Amino acid sequence: MIESSGHEGGHEAPRGFLRRYVFSTDHKVIGIQYFLTAVVMALVATVLAMLIRVQLAWPEKAVVAPETYVSLVTMHGTLMVFFVVSLALVSGFGNFLIPLHVGARDMAYPFLNMLSFWVIVPGCVLMLASFLVEGGAAAAGWTAYPPLSALGKAVPGSGLGQTLWLLAMALFIASFTMGGLNYVTTIVNCRTRGMSMMRLPLVVWTFLISAVLGLLSFPALTAAAILLLLDRHAGTSFYLPAGLVFGNETLPHQGGTPLLFQHLFWFLGHPEVYVLVLPALGIGFEVIAAFARRPPFGYRLSVYSILVIAVLSMIVWGHHMFVSGMNPYLGKYFSIVTVLITVPFSVLGLNLIASLWRGRIRLDAAMLFALGLVSAIGIGGLGGLYLGTATSDLYFHDSYFVVGHFHFTIGTVTFFGIYAGTYYWFPKMFGRRMDEGLGRVHFWLTVTSLFPMFLLMHYQGLGGLLRRTYDPTVYAYNAAARGLNLSITLLAFGLGAGQIVFLVNLFRSMFAGERTGENPWQATTLEWTTESPAPHGNWRREVPSAHRSPYEYGRNGGAEDFVLQSAEKA
Amino acid sequence: MTVAAAVPMAMEARGGGGTSPFGISWQKAMMWFFIVTDALLFAGFLAAYGFHRIAAPSWPDRRVVFHMEFITAMTFILISSSATMATAVGAARAADTRTAVRFLGLTILGGLVFLGMQAYEWSSLIGAGARLDGNPWGVPGFSALFFTITGFHGTHVAIGVLILAIAALRALRGRYSGEGVELVGLYWHFVDLVWVFVFGCFYLV
Repeated sequence: MIESSGHEGGHEAPRGFLRRYVFSTDHKVIGIQYFLTAVVMALVATVLAMLIRVQLAWPEKAVVAPETYVSLVTMHGTLMVFFVVSLALVSGFGNFLIPLHVGARDMAYPFLNMLSFWVIVPGCVLMLASFLVEGGAAAAGWTAYPPLSALGKAVPGSGLGQTLWLLAMALFIASFTMGGLNYVTTIVNCRTRGMSMMRLPLVVWTFLISAVLGLLSFPALTAAAILLLLDRHAGTSFYLPAGLVFGNETLPHQGGTPLLFQHLFWFLGHPEVYVLVLPALGIGFEVIAAFARRPPFGYRLSVYSILVIAVLSMIVWGHHMFVSGMNPYLGKYFSIVTVLITVPFSVLGLNLIASLWRGRIRLDAAMLFALGLVSAIGIGGLGGLYLGTATSDLYFHDSYFVVGHFHFTIGTVTFFGIYAGTYYWFPKMFGRRMDEGLGRVHFWLTVTSLFPMFLLMHYQGLGGLLRRTYDPTVYAYNAAARGLNLSITLLAFGLGAGQIVFLVNLFRSMFAGERTGENPWQATTLEWTTESPAPHGNWRREVPSAHRSPYEYGRNGGAEDFVLQSAEKA
Repeated sequence: MTVAAAVPMAMEARGGGGTSPFGISWQKAMMWFFIVTDALLFAGFLAAYGFHRIAAPSWPDRRVVFHMEFITAMTFILISSSATMATAVGAARAADTRTAVRFLGLTILGGLVFLGMQAYEWSSLIGAGARLDGNPWGVPGFSALFFTITGFHGTHVAIGVLILAIAALRALRGRYSGEGVELVGLYWHFVDLVWVFVFGCFYLV
C-alpha cells in the first residue's frame, strides 16, 4: 500500500478507453467525471423543482399527490446540496484544480481518488432508484428529522425510500471522506517548489478549508445516520420518545429524543454550508482577478477571514434549532456567534468588491457570473442576519423567508461559482472555449429570473407562508400568497430555460468550441502554464516552480499586463 | 525535512515542494487526517451517549451489570498491545525483521484476545436479557448505546487486526518499510485510545 507512492508522476499515460476515461486515476478526468455526474443529478433536481412550483402555482389541479409533494421537496434539497453542488464544486473543481494550482502531477493518492468517484456512482443510483420503490422516495425533508424518518410507516416515503436515502448518504459520506483526505493532503504536502501556503491561489485555500470542514463535520452525520438506521431496523429508541401513538397503537419506543438527531445533523449541516459556499467564493476571487486585471484586494486578510469563518462555522449549528427547544442562554450564545460570522464574511465580500477597484474590467460570461455571485452573497448574507437572531427567527422559522435565504446562499452563490468556474476553466478542461454569446444569454436569463424569484420568497415568508406545504392556500391567512406563487413559478420556468442555454453551450462547446491555447485569459496561476487540455501528469516538461504571488496582474501595462506565477524574478 | 531526504523520488514526482508545514510524508499526513475524522465519528457516538445519559431518569449501576475485573483485564491487554506495537514499529524502522514480525504477532494476539473477551462480555449480557431495544436493568438506551458503541469500536479493532496481519505477512516476505508499519501503528494506537474513552464512559462514570 505504501510502496505504491512512487509510481505517480513519472509513469506513462494509461492506454485503452477504460483506463483513460472510465477507471482513470488522473485527477483531471475524475474532476470532469464528477462534474458531469453533477450535471445529470442537477437535471433531475431541476425537474423536481419545476414540479414543486407547478403544484404551488395551480394547487387545485393537484398535479402531484400530497405524499409525492413532500418527496419532491426532500429529494430536490438532498440532490442539490449533496449530489449537485458538492459534486460539481468541491469534488469536481476541487479535483480538477488542486494539483494544477499547487504544481503537483496528480493527487497525493490517485487510486483513493478514483475509488471516491466510483463510490459516489452507486450512491447516485440508489438515490435516484428510491423514486421507483414502493412508497416512493424519502419524504422527511433533506434534514431527515425523526420521527418521520425513524418510523417506517409514518408516511409512504418513510419506508424503503428513506432506507435507500440513508444508504446513498452513507456512500456519499464515504466518497467525500476519501476525496477530502486527498484534497487536504495534496494541498498540505504536494506543493511545488516555492509554493508556500501564502502563495497559494485563494481558491486553493477555500478548497483546503472546505475539505477540512467536511472531514470534521461529516462524521457527526455518519453517527446520526447509523443511529437512525438502528432506530428504523433494530428497534432501538435513540430518537424516539415514549408515548408515540401511531394509528391506534402506542409504540414501544421509550427514552429517546429527536433533538439528539437535530444536534448531530446540524453539527454537520451548518459547516456543510461553508463547505459549499467557500469554494464558490474562491472561484470568485480567481475570476475577478483575471477579468479585472488586478490582484485580489487583501490576500492575507481573506485567508485569515476564511480561517475565522471555518472556526465559527463549527460552533453555530444551534441557530437551526431555535424553535426546537433550547435553553434561552444557549439560544443567546448561538445568536451571538452566528451574527459574528457576518464580520469575516463581510470582509470576504468587501474584498471581492474592492478587487474591482481601478480594475480594467472585461465583462465576459465568467466575470458576469462572478459579479452575480458577489451580489448574491450580499443579499443572502443580509437575510441570514434575521435568521441568525433568535428573536426574529422564531417568526421566520420554516417560512419561505428561509427558503429564499438559503436559495441565495447555498443556491445562487454556489451555482454562480460553478458557472463562473465552468466558463473560466472550460478551455483547460477541453481545450476549447465556451460560446461567449450564449454565455451572456445564459447569464441574463438566469439573473433576471432568479433574483426576483428568491426576493419574492423572502416577501412571502414575511407574510407567514410556510415551507414544505402541499397547498398553503387552504389556510385563509395564506390565500393571498396565491398570486405571488404564480409569479414565482413563471420566473422559475424562465430560470429553467436559462439553464437549457447553458447545457446546449456546454455540450456543443465540448466538440465544436473555438480551440484555445495555453492561456486564453492571460491569467497568472500555474494551470495556465501547461497546454489545454492539460496532458497526463499535467506538465510535459518539469513541474513549474512558484516564484511569486499568484496574482501579478497589471504590472507592466500594455498588452502583457501580467506575470506568470512560475516566472523567475529578474 | 529529514523525511523529504529519505524519500527523494516520491517528492521529486510531486514537484519537490517539500513537506512543510508538518514535515511528514503525505502518507502519514493522510493517516493523521483520517484519524481525526474517525475520532469525530466516535465523538458523535459518545455525544449521543452523553445526551441520553443526561436525559435519562436513572442509569444502571455498572457494578451490577458488568464484570469489572474482567473488563479491567481486557482493557489492560488492549493497552499492552499498544506497547508491543510500538516495539514492532521501532524494530521495523531498524530493519530488524525478526523482532518486527514477532511483535506484530504479539499485537495481533492482544487484539484477538480483546475481541474474544468482548464477545464473551456481550454474550453474557445478551444471556442476561440485554437487547438493542431493552434490558433488565432499566432504560433501554443503556444497552442500545452499549452495543452500538462497543460494537463499533470492536469493528475498528477487527479491522486493525486485519491490517496488522497484512503488515506482518508483508514483513515476513521482507516487503515492508518502517514508515508502513508506523502507519499501521498510528491506527492501532488510535483504536486503543478510543477504547479509553469508551471504557471511561461505560465502566467508570
